[in-house]
Amino acid sequence: MYHFIFVPLTIGLSVMMAIMESVYVMTGRDVWRKATLFWGTLFGVNFAMGVATGVVMEFQFGMNWSYYSHYVGDVFGAPLAIEGLMAFFLEATFIGLFFFGWDRLSKVGHLAVTWLTALGANFSALWILIANGWMQNPVGSKFNPDTMRMEVTDFVAVLFNPVAQAKFVHTVSAGYVCGAVFIFAISCLFLVRGKHVELAKRSMVVAASFGLASALSVVVLGDESGYIATEHQKMKIAAMEASYHTEPAPAPWTIFAIPGPDGGAPSFSIQVPWVGGLITTRSLNEELPGIDELVGHAQTRIRSGMIAYDALQEIRADGTNADARALFDEHWADLGYGLLLKRYREDVGNATDAEIAQAAADTVPGVWPLFWTFRIMMGLGFFFIGFFALWFYRASRGWLETNKPLLWFSVFLLPLPWIAIESGWFIAEFGRQPWVVEGVLPTFYAASGLHFWDLVISLSFFVALYSVLLVIMIILMVKIIKAGPQDKLFSADEDNDEDYVVAALPATSANKELGS
Amino acid sequence: MSTIPLDYETLRLIWWLLLGILLIGFAIMGGRDLGVGTLLPFAARTDAERRVLLNVVGPTWEGNQVWLIVGGGVIFAAFPPLYAVSFSGFYLAMIVILLALILRPVGFKFRSKVKDDRWRATWDWALFIGGFVPSLIFGVAVGNVLLGAPFHVDGTMRAFYTGNFFMLLTPFALLCGLVSLGMIVTQGAAVIAGRTTGPLAERARTYGSLSGIATILLFALAGVWIAFGIDGYAITSAVDGNAAINPLGKSVELTRGGWLANYGLHPWMIAGPVLGFAGLAGAVIGLQARLRLVTLLASSVAIFGIVATAGLSLFPFLLPSSTVPEASLTLWDASSSHLTLFIMLLVTVFFLPIILLYTAWVFRVMRGTVSTQSLEKNPNAY
Repeated sequence: MYHFIFVPLTIGLSVMMAIMESVYVMTGRDVWRKATLFWGTLFGVNFAMGVATGVVMEFQFGMNWSYYSHYVGDVFGAPLAIEGLMAFFLEATFIGLFFFGWDRLSKVGHLAVTWLTALGANFSALWILIANGWMQNPVGSKFNPDTMRMEVTDFVAVLFNPVAQAKFVHTVSAGYVCGAVFIFAISCLFLVRGKHVELAKRSMVVAASFGLASALSVVVLGDESGYIATEHQKMKIAAMEASYHTEPAPAPWTIFAIPGPDGGAPSFSIQVPWVGGLITTRSLNEELPGIDELVGHAQTRIRSGMIAYDALQEIRADGTNADARALFDEHWADLGYGLLLKRYREDVGNATDAEIAQAAADTVPGVWPLFWTFRIMMGLGFFFIGFFALWFYRASRGWLETNKPLLWFSVFLLPLPWIAIESGWFIAEFGRQPWVVEGVLPTFYAASGLHFWDLVISLSFFVALYSVLLVIMIILMVKIIKAGPQDKLFSADEDNDEDYVVAALPATSANKELGS
Repeated sequence: MSTIPLDYETLRLIWWLLLGILLIGFAIMGGRDLGVGTLLPFAARTDAERRVLLNVVGPTWEGNQVWLIVGGGVIFAAFPPLYAVSFSGFYLAMIVILLALILRPVGFKFRSKVKDDRWRATWDWALFIGGFVPSLIFGVAVGNVLLGAPFHVDGTMRAFYTGNFFMLLTPFALLCGLVSLGMIVTQGAAVIAGRTTGPLAERARTYGSLSGIATILLFALAGVWIAFGIDGYAITSAVDGNAAINPLGKSVELTRGGWLANYGLHPWMIAGPVLGFAGLAGAVIGLQARLRLVTLLASSVAIFGIVATAGLSLFPFLLPSSTVPEASLTLWDASSSHLTLFIMLLVTVFFLPIILLYTAWVFRVMRGTVSTQSLEKNPNAY
């Protein structure tokens, strides 16, 4: 979650920098280079945090989710490794040249480097979301009773997992919106203050048009379009909509609801007819099952999973038992549902009806947190469309700096994309509970056998360190923004366009003796 | 499965080699930056000198660290049980490494953005920790792999680790840590001597020569210790390289000095330690003779030799278990499925040459010595 604070901004800024630098190369106007440099500096600070938190991600599966790593590593590890080979190598190798290559490369050469960096950032998101999409919709794989793990059967299906593709488009667009709002809000601040006007206005034009396109794409290509694919994704939608009972198609959409007395089905709600069906199924005639019905399905699958579990025990005891293998092949897809019972008893096969009912009820994620975060996210998504459409219009009319209250208003919107993005992250991950891999592996069953204190120590260290670094990063960003592109840090020497002066000149007499 | 043109056994062997290449890649490439970070407070005395060092490795260190990230990803993809057992087992050691590594990107980026002596001094130490701690702990981890880790797996392939962090700090493991630290510091010194001038380069030559000689002695000592001080593991049951993974289906025997058995079976493997010693000696000579390129090359060969020595001694083991030797992970029983190994091989064969090409190009663009004057030109300098 910490990592995901920095990544969307990296994705968004990298592309916008590349766009600005393209304009610079095409027009040759220096203001565009200054803009690229200025946003690039902020990008760099943010990227450093992304790297710092990202290196942990690569190892934490093995550290905290040991059984998960064994159970799904055959499928899940591949996209992660490919991400490193194809995307992160590209991004990390060229980002150094982006910062250090200005005077060593031709204009076009440097532009290529910037685009390659941006491309790396976007590819990176693609592979990570293929991995994540598989957790939501585990296609192209099968459980192997001999090795006790999920193994790849069809890698192409993993790549073109509809959930992963929808997630990729949605998440990357969200990153673009994030970058656009970031650039836009800071540019508005410059205009309000009357500083760096040329750079700010140009940045606003890019941000408004890019932001509008991205905001449209983020809403229209929302990642719930893939949710209909599987049983639990339907459960997630039902929970997001707090729809306990199956609604006839096209389902209404609930704007507002009050939870019932037992925290369950709503006692009062305001509904708009048809819209729900449109949002969730993109059609007017597909039915959206309610929570109660889905819990019923889960019960059936748990019973089937118990058979799979028992068959698996027999195969483990005697690998040549053909009957057990046949039985397992028939029921293996429900093995994960059987494992849900592990919370209540070791010998899954002997579970009582009450335990089965309990395990089925466990498949319902927290309804009301999902209901409200979804509304926050959607509200913000539509708001961004309106916001950028307004500014796009104003930009086309040349009304960028005329309305000071509106500029101030825009400055204070800066945190909104992060609220929307973290809401989306919450919906995706919390909505997947109780599964870590949907229908395959329950979260509680996937963790490492770590000691309580190991977790306390590691978690507190990371939270403390990340928080300190986050504060430092924000302070630094504010400093950089305050200094602005007109600071001597960025002012190109008038006589020699290629020459810059560093703010922090090395080796002044004051700091010469430092540390010796 | 019959459509896969390479058999399972061959693929497992290839992946063992590829994993070795990636880890050696990280040790050589990442070793540059870790070594420079470790030397930062000592080789560079003034703020200007420290900025020079940061900017020697600054443009390329991010790409170098990806070797580690990809190494982790490849362990996950090609040897999932190893990934699951080692990282959860060496939990607190990994936490220490990660906390130290976290300091590096922010250290590079944040340090020179604020002109304040205390701020910069703080980040200098953060960067030192970010170089010193991982260099040491990676070696300690390899030492513990040679000793075997206290873990076992049950019938559902769930791993249980019964050790703790302080059990990792045995004398032999610490010796391995020092070998690792020594070779990385030598590499860092080779980089500094190659890319700077004046007193900075002189100090790097002194430190590099000292650490090079020390590493030769430590590496030799580790060899003696392996021969006479610790047990090596060997599989005593028949191995079917094409079978499905099953870490519990073999018998394993421990013998004193057993890790040297491979050198008797495959005499060519002696090349590993020979390259280690020769590279270190070459680096020391190169530093003294002021041969920049020779030094860097020799020091990289040394790292190649030393890391390869550890891998070859262990073969075919990846992570032996000290408490239940039968549960030890080997490359035969801790790999991914046949299909995954094959797909990943295709991907790697395609991308690795491309990565090497553009990395070489970036290094070429950024070549040349770094001086205080050159820093003033770039607003993004660290």
